[in-house]
Amino acid sequence: MVTEPEASLITIDNQKIPFKHGQTIMDAALAAGIYIPHLCHFPGITPHGNCKHCTVEVNGKPVTACTTLATTGQKIRNDTVELNEARKSLTQMLFIEGNHICPSCEKTGNCPLQAMAYHLGMLEGHYPQQHPVREVDASHPTIMLDRDRCILCSLCVRASREVDGKNVFAIAGRGIDARLIVNTPSGKLIDSDIEVGDLAAKICPVGAILIKERGYDVPIGQRIFDQHRISEIGLENEIVKRAPSDDP
Amino acid sequence: MAESPHLLHRLYEIQQKHRYIPDESIGEVADQFGLPISQVRAVVDFYAFFYTSPRGDYHILFSNCTSCGYQARGVDLLQLLSQQLGVSVNQTRADGRVSVHETSCIGLCDHGASLLINGIPLVRLDPAGIWQMVGLIESGKPLTEWPQAWFHIDNTLHKRGLLLETDLSPGEGLQALLARGWEEILAEIVQSKLRGRGGAGFNTGLKWRLCKEAVAEARYVVCNADEGEPGTFKDRMLLQQYADTLFEGMTICAHIIGAREGYVYLRGEYRYLLPHLQTILARRRQTSLLGKSILAKTGFDFDIEIVVGAGAYICGEESALIESLEGKPGIPRSRPPFPVTQGYLGQPTVVNNVETFIAAAHIAYKGGAWFSSVGTVESAGSKLLSISGDCAAPGIYEYPFGVTLQQILQDCGADNVQAVQVGGPSGILIDQSAFHRRIGFEDVSTGGSLMVFSDQRDVLDIIYQFAAFFAHESCGFCTPCRVGTTLLKQNLYKIVTNQGTRYDMAELQHTSELVRRYSHCGLGHTAANPILDGLQSFPQFFERRLIQRDFSPHFNLDAALEEARRMTQRDDVDAHLEQDIE
Ligand code: SF4
Ligand code: FES
Repeated sequence: MVTEPEASLITIDNQKIPFKHGQTIMDAALAAGIYIPHLCHFPGITPHGNCKHCTVEVNGKPVTACTTLATTGQKIRNDTVELNEARKSLTQMLFIEGNHICPSCEKTGNCPLQAMAYHLGMLEGHYPQQHPVREVDASHPTIMLDRDRCILCSLCVRASREVDGKNVFAIAGRGIDARLIVNTPSGKLIDSDIEVGDLAAKICPVGAILIKERGYDVPIGQRIFDQHRISEIGLENEIVKRAPSDDP
Repeated sequence: MAESPHLLHRLYEIQQKHRYIPDESIGEVADQFGLPISQVRAVVDFYAFFYTSPRGDYHILFSNCTSCGYQARGVDLLQLLSQQLGVSVNQTRADGRVSVHETSCIGLCDHGASLLINGIPLVRLDPAGIWQMVGLIESGKPLTEWPQAWFHIDNTLHKRGLLLETDLSPGEGLQALLARGWEEILAEIVQSKLRGRGGAGFNTGLKWRLCKEAVAEARYVVCNADEGEPGTFKDRMLLQQYADTLFEGMTICAHIIGAREGYVYLRGEYRYLLPHLQTILARRRQTSLLGKSILAKTGFDFDIEIVVGAGAYICGEESALIESLEGKPGIPRSRPPFPVTQGYLGQPTVVNNVETFIAAAHIAYKGGAWFSSVGTVESAGSKLLSISGDCAAPGIYEYPFGVTLQQILQDCGADNVQAVQVGGPSGILIDQSAFHRRIGFEDVSTGGSLMVFSDQRDVLDIIYQFAAFFAHESCGFCTPCRVGTTLLKQNLYKIVTNQGTRYDMAELQHTSELVRRYSHCGLGHTAANPILDGLQSFPQFFERRLIQRDFSPHFNLDAALEEARRMTQRDDVDAHLEQDIE
């Protein structure tokens, strides 16, 4: 296929990269091996734009890279001190909003939220802890839902609908009281049709959805972010691939 | 007339019956509407006027707006009411008789302290009125036997301009449309330079044209009557007195863009206007101004349905409003695509507010030049302002665009003014030095709220109320707004309660900028405006409440030990930490 050379290029931090019609800035960047920090985006799933980590500046205006289409000639700033500082603040907000327990969380080392904090040089929560009271759902025999650690990224919601062909989760509530709910009359996971092999059971970027009894299969030290930085491209699939996919 | 079978209406009906929405009903409704149970649950959870535990026989929603709220001349009427009734705020009394809640502005800012009781507005409250109310509630008197003066709303129209000084008879605009054809009328609207009256100011003629040109199976006309910006009440008056002109404007739009269905999204706080609006709609159907073959023109079919919201400021944002129309929580969509190409049910949709449609109806009849002869170059026509707060004559004023704040303050009889909040909490806080500024898209843009604050007010208290408003109304979709608005409220609270330091002021600035720049939609982009304006124009109000230290923790160390004291049944001196305050 012949395309005009200038017609399909965008510039991210002075680097010119190509894009295909219909691609978002995030898609184009990932394809070109450029990392734009992201938590609520997962390649192949409809972008949502809620975490705001992927905010970049297009011609000076902040937009989310995961939901904004690439168009010819965009001048994009991504890896800047200002944007990374803002991303750090957003990460801190996600930490203090929930009840996170990194040192004892089964997800430690495989957790994109934690890895994001490392990547951005976050050393403390900074904002006052909110200590929300949230419900834990341990009803399911093999899958655990600990809302304390949920960052409301809605990846499980979308993965269940779009990939698993089910509709296990939704987000309800408003403002700081927003919460993840389960699409069953009881509101409990056990009454849903979720299974360990579902993408929704593996996609959570924190330790909110966990496979029971498998949390320590991989020893600390050998986990993904013990060996990689989150800025390496394509790790999302690695996390999903390595997640237990059979019942304990 | 029965309400349309909309999810929000069905839930309202259930709540009317049970005083709440029982969990069993959620499943039933989901079945009826063929929706996932999680969607119905999410909707019940999202809207402030849906409850999952029973409310009282008398259910009271007291406004917490700075203009129509419960703080009346130094008396906290909400406290007084709840104390006298022996019920805590946001709870239902054990005997089920009464529940008292606070709610965001109910659009009665020209009527003093106001509340909704079982959905009906009760205005001009004072302590004596509260005492009397308590008696009536305790004796179980039905509302029909309450003093009727309490329910009397008068729309004080202090100044009429371009739109309100002339009347448009029902059908006049439509006849002009049919006589001249849609192209000419659209050209008039373009020529009038009419811009959306909600505040953002998108060119109306252009919007209609874009909608018409979008390829689609169907197109929709939606009127945003979700007037939720605190301090705004002009739509309440327009809906009461000019509903015919509004429907006419919508019908003209429908013919131009090729829509067969239209919706008015009415804020839940204005539900009491519904019977009146339904009557006007029925009359228009009878007189061939709505329905099939309007004014005998074959193929001109259009009807309007009213959908009533349930307490969510965010639904004033057009894409959130559309989500709500579709029976979902009001969470703003990612834009683009804009509603004009992908709106209601994914189809091209014109969303305009009440005032815009009314202006369009007049323009269809009187022409674009008539309209643009008034106003400024950038802002043609006139603007309706809802003026409230510390002034002698609160009410509705219609001015040509370009009027100065100074002039407005003089007209409404405001003396010793320290500041005005134009455009509501999401607008701009203006101090005395800038009262020469003008209302208009090129200078001070506003959806219509103008609150006056005299020098007797503590600006910081007002800013805190605004911050609490945004924390309450944030939809919770994106991180910066969901968490940030709550942090801002807490941060301000610390300063308001004399525990803040310079560090907290710096934090306030930093968090505000983050929320403003990184949020998903207009709510987040504007939520920090009052704080940023306050820090800039009124720093003294913050500074005088600071404690003279660089840092003080957010929590009280001694209070944190309370639980331990209770468990050990100790309360002696040694069981307390000394707070090292200077
Ligand atoms: S449970 Fe996990 S995947 Fe689902 S919304 Fe919460 S953080 Fe995201
Ligand atoms: S990754 Fe784009 S907003 Fe979360």
